[in-house]
Amino acid sequence: MTQFEYADEPQPTGGSGLEKTRLRLGIIPLTDCAPLVVAKEMGYFAQQGLDVSLSREPSWANIRDKVVLGELDGAHMLAGMPIAATLGLAGAQKAMVTAFSMDLNGNAITVSNELYARMQKADPQAMQQRPIAATALRKVIDEDRAAGRPPMTFAMVFPVSMHNYQLRYWMASAGIDPDRDLRLVVLPPPQMVDNLASRAIVGYCVGEPWNQQAVELGIGHVVVTGYELWNNAPEKVFGVTRAWAEAHPNTHRALLRALLQAARWMDAAENRAEVVHLIARREYVHAPAEVVAHSMTGTWRYAHDEAPVKMTDFNVFHRYCANFPWRSHALWLLAQMVRWGQIDAQQDLRQIAESVYRTDIYRAAAADLGLPVPDVDYKSEGLHAGAWSIAGGGRQLEMGADRFFDGANFDPDHPGDLSRNIPVHAMHMAALHEKI
Amino acid sequence: MGNCMPVRSKEGLELLARFLLASRKCNHSPNMLKILVVDESRERASEIGVGLIRAGYQVAAVLPSAIDLAQQVETVAPDVILIDTESPSRDTLEHLATLNRANPRPVLLFSRERDAAVIRSALRAGVAAYVAETVAPEKLASIVEVALVQFEQFQKLRQERDEASRKLAERVVIERAKGVLMKTKGMEEDAAYHALRKLAMERGKRIVDIAQGVLDSAALLL
Repeated sequence: MTQFEYADEPQPTGGSGLEKTRLRLGIIPLTDCAPLVVAKEMGYFAQQGLDVSLSREPSWANIRDKVVLGELDGAHMLAGMPIAATLGLAGAQKAMVTAFSMDLNGNAITVSNELYARMQKADPQAMQQRPIAATALRKVIDEDRAAGRPPMTFAMVFPVSMHNYQLRYWMASAGIDPDRDLRLVVLPPPQMVDNLASRAIVGYCVGEPWNQQAVELGIGHVVVTGYELWNNAPEKVFGVTRAWAEAHPNTHRALLRALLQAARWMDAAENRAEVVHLIARREYVHAPAEVVAHSMTGTWRYAHDEAPVKMTDFNVFHRYCANFPWRSHALWLLAQMVRWGQIDAQQDLRQIAESVYRTDIYRAAAADLGLPVPDVDYKSEGLHAGAWSIAGGGRQLEMGADRFFDGANFDPDHPGDLSRNIPVHAMHMAALHEKI
Repeated sequence: MGNCMPVRSKEGLELLARFLLASRKCNHSPNMLKILVVDESRERASEIGVGLIRAGYQVAAVLPSAIDLAQQVETVAPDVILIDTESPSRDTLEHLATLNRANPRPVLLFSRERDAAVIRSALRAGVAAYVAETVAPEKLASIVEVALVQFEQFQKLRQERDEASRKLAERVVIERAKGVLMKTKGMEEDAAYHALRKLAMERGKRIVDIAQGVLDSAALLL
């Protein structure tokens, strides 16, 4: 935010038909802004003839509004944001697109030591087996209700974030209704740890480094990681407005080429230490390098008194076709928006997924670099417990596991079955009808 | 009247006292809008609150942090929420807005100078249309106007204060450098100052930079 360049300033002329070469892109200080930071710091943007400045933004709402207003050319966004903006879910309605998924996974659910102890006491058996189900939490909630205590408060980061949907998915699988049985608030990620320490909240779902920070300080336990909830789930995307994408097709493609190269470089285990060094800096994530290093270098600590465990896929930036904007991911996100009463189920969800998740633009950029791409735009989610492969340009491309922790299967090829996959609560349906 | 502003500094206490005094004097008509001011800077939030009250508005509360927001929006039920666009609490407000569409929504208060122009285009684009539907846009515009003026005055005062403390710090450095020269070179005070100034002019630097250089070498050599 120290940059004062206007988005419409005269641009230096770039080669190869770039419509614009001086760009301002927004980031939120989280470890997964890394592909943009690496593309800038390692010179991948420059190689493509792009002069990019990164603007650190204080909130997702700001990111969205600045992209809508043209203050930013594009930004690091929550996977659900381009969809939400296109639908006008909050703030102004503005068609957005994404042609690049920045990463897979990266979140976790942390609870206070106090709540963790109560959960262990309420259901010791459920707490012994990872991934830990929310059944122990439900018992604690039941105890509180019986004793006439007020509902507990959990935090997440944004209404259309994966964090919100992951937290709700986990809770709902144990019969907890997050809208009735507890209070759910949104807090800025850097404020999570403080609020956990001050007991203003009892738990949260957030990205790194804010789970490992709580563990490091000995004030919280990670109960379950996002990876355990849904292996290789979507997380952040690079988003622009549809109007911007249409006005700057060559620049957009050059940006994607730089991001693809950055993602490929940083996904290699041997480069992760350097990624940590780059993003821990003050102007980016501004967090202790050793805390950022945990998830980035594939280690994970559930608790202060437990040894770190290996979790190689906690942050996936390129492998498993991670950068491909899977339309099945978009459809899953849309299904969550319906499930929790954020949008109307009557809309053509598939058409929305296809207008926002632009596999065609991704394919063009990947082809420029000779990188293979999947032949299809949708995949079944939840069928693979381990590595598998998918056809792409006559080759077999390596894919990662995609299992949901409750064994669910999300089949995007049968949109008619979509409603069956969405256990919409009766109360949410009622709320939905009221809104319509 | 709700107020959940923990005050730590003396300055903050004075501001709060002024704020409460002003709000007591204010006559609340039943159709007056209730305003909630959210700003990470407690001082700035109270300054904006005071300005609005002087302009005849009812300020329900000022809040610095996100965690109190849900509770306050519920209890205060403001018609308008004023928030700095650079506030991380914006996401918290967005969530409250999606939970209950009848809730008042935040009004954007752009914080940087050049954003004064941006807020107009934002309002035109509908980005800042976050208020309860019952609030007339012309009322909103004047609220934002008052808040912006207050905001700018606060920024100006702070810049002046920063400038004053910077100058003071520079004088301390120059005085200490003079002291070093007087002690090591046996110079008079005036001569020491002239020596610093002469060197600064020759090298095209500021006196304070030369003085700092003297102190650095003194630390190294003496």
